Amino acid sequence: MSDPTAESPGASNKVAVRRMSIRDLRRIQQSGVRGITLLCALISVVTTLGIIYELASQAFPFFREVPLFRFLSGTEWRPTSDPPSFGVLPLISGTLLITVGAGLIAIPLGLLNAIFLAEYAPKRLRKVLKPSLELLAGIPTVVYGYLGLFFVTPLLKHLMPDIQASNAAAGAIVVGIMILPLVSSLCEDAIRAVPRAMREGAYGLGATKAEVTVHVVVPAALSGIMASFILALSRALGETMAVALAAGSNPILTLNPAKSIQTMTAYIVQVASGDAAAGTTAYKSIFAVGVTLFAFTFGMNMIAIRLVKRFRQVYS
Amino acid sequence: MNIGSTANSARRRRLDIGFRILCYGAAGIGVFILALLLIRIFADGLPRVNWKFIVSDLSSRPKRTGIWPAISGSLSVMFLTALIACPVGVAAAVYLEEFNSHKTRFTNFIQLNIANLAGVPSIVYGLLGLALFVRACNLGYSVIAGALTMSLLILPMIIIVTQEALRAVPNVLREASMGLGSTQWQAIRYQVLPNALPGIFTGVILAVGRALGETAPLIVVGAVAGVVGSPKNMMDQYTVLPMRIFTWSTDARAEAHQVAAAGIVVLMVVLLALNSVAIFLRNRAANR
Repeated sequence: MSDPTAESPGASNKVAVRRMSIRDLRRIQQSGVRGITLLCALISVVTTLGIIYELASQAFPFFREVPLFRFLSGTEWRPTSDPPSFGVLPLISGTLLITVGAGLIAIPLGLLNAIFLAEYAPKRLRKVLKPSLELLAGIPTVVYGYLGLFFVTPLLKHLMPDIQASNAAAGAIVVGIMILPLVSSLCEDAIRAVPRAMREGAYGLGATKAEVTVHVVVPAALSGIMASFILALSRALGETMAVALAAGSNPILTLNPAKSIQTMTAYIVQVASGDAAAGTTAYKSIFAVGVTLFAFTFGMNMIAIRLVKRFRQVYS
Repeated sequence: MNIGSTANSARRRRLDIGFRILCYGAAGIGVFILALLLIRIFADGLPRVNWKFIVSDLSSRPKRTGIWPAISGSLSVMFLTALIACPVGVAAAVYLEEFNSHKTRFTNFIQLNIANLAGVPSIVYGLLGLALFVRACNLGYSVIAGALTMSLLILPMIIIVTQEALRAVPNVLREASMGLGSTQWQAIRYQVLPNALPGIFTGVILAVGRALGETAPLIVVGAVAGVVGSPKNMMDQYTVLPMRIFTWSTDARAEAHQVAAAGIVVLMVVLLALNSVAIFLRNRAANR
């Protein structure tokens, strides 16, 4: 585009017209680009609607064959036997076993890690620690599955001799390691956001560093910390490959961590990789399980987002 | 009274030291676990990795199998995914940060929606892809169906990192450009985007890296579990590295497990290379 300001004041009408049209062109370009970017932003909304619509429309026929109440209260999940039984409780108990177990590992470790990084670590150490945690977060989930199967379970065998080849304990441990960096980095952000003046005030009253951290900093960052816990648990809930490998595909209602179990996600993988023909009840059931999974994680994410927002309002 | 308070302060000091040790210990455990896992994987897999393994075709016999079709499958899916997700994600972020940066109720809604999408389990994206791309659009179990599904998965991530990169560009640049008579789009195109580019690039690489290791959605949209060749075109069937690792891990034969570990080594090396590029770019951007 040539520079319109180069024209002299006494330019002819023709030039003025051309100048107008360049400006118009730019305006059209501007609003055109704006429209395109708006469309792209709307794709995210369409994706959410698509997820809800597709899951619902595929799950709906399933619930016509299997009543919702029997789905939610049934204690037996035998989708391929004759007659099949679709009680989702074993899958939910399996999922919760993994989620709670992973949380027990990741939450205390992750929080202490975050406190260390934000309050204690010398700058140099922090520069090494943070990237290595990020590396831990970058390991693909299927690798954690492999490690659960061939590394963690053999170790656990020393503690529990009658442990099964794939078991809930190994699944929970690897998922716990996997979500540890998430807890750690989100908690660290929350702790760092606590104003310095609050710490100084507590030190001024004679508190030790541990007292400042435990009684002042952590309570002040609590909603951010809680949000990180919920987000991490929601990640554990939706985790697929690690549990499909490490925890197995045996849908039973149990709280015994040495037993092989099946999570909701692992069931979807099992049916999807087994090439269930479209239209069968087993095929439709993965969408019903998907809806259940989506509802769980959606609720948890909304709570976490709310908490983060409240936290931001307090300290900004 | 005085004696009591000294005892108390000694107790408090002990607690303080105890807590410090606890924190150091927790941080140490993280690094220890990372080292343990990496050593274990490379010890398991590295002996099986050689040039022939990388360039050979898949075979149902673990002793003779190569891994090239899985590598080429992964690379084709990722290439297409990046090609689809990058422009859309960057454009969406430009709209949210530049064209509509004052927080209206509408942008707040989109923002909330994106944050939520980032937390949806990957396998749910697989179910969406299965219903939408594989069945409704009739793309079948093809490379393009996998790439479209993966694009939806990494889109929220790309939007969020791009927004951060755009936010880091100083406002002076926009004002100076528009003060010289440019339109807002020209300011974005010639000033803001070039400045945000390293940040965007870093985020995109990390997002693609995450997609590279992701398996669950691709299992649902039909990455082949068995023996298959390299994909020839976008409608061809395919397999990906994590998919093969999964299949070999579930194999009953012990040699297959070693092949799985070898596959993991290959995958990790590719990921490590990607991440190094991202870190290099980030550091260069930070130094400017």
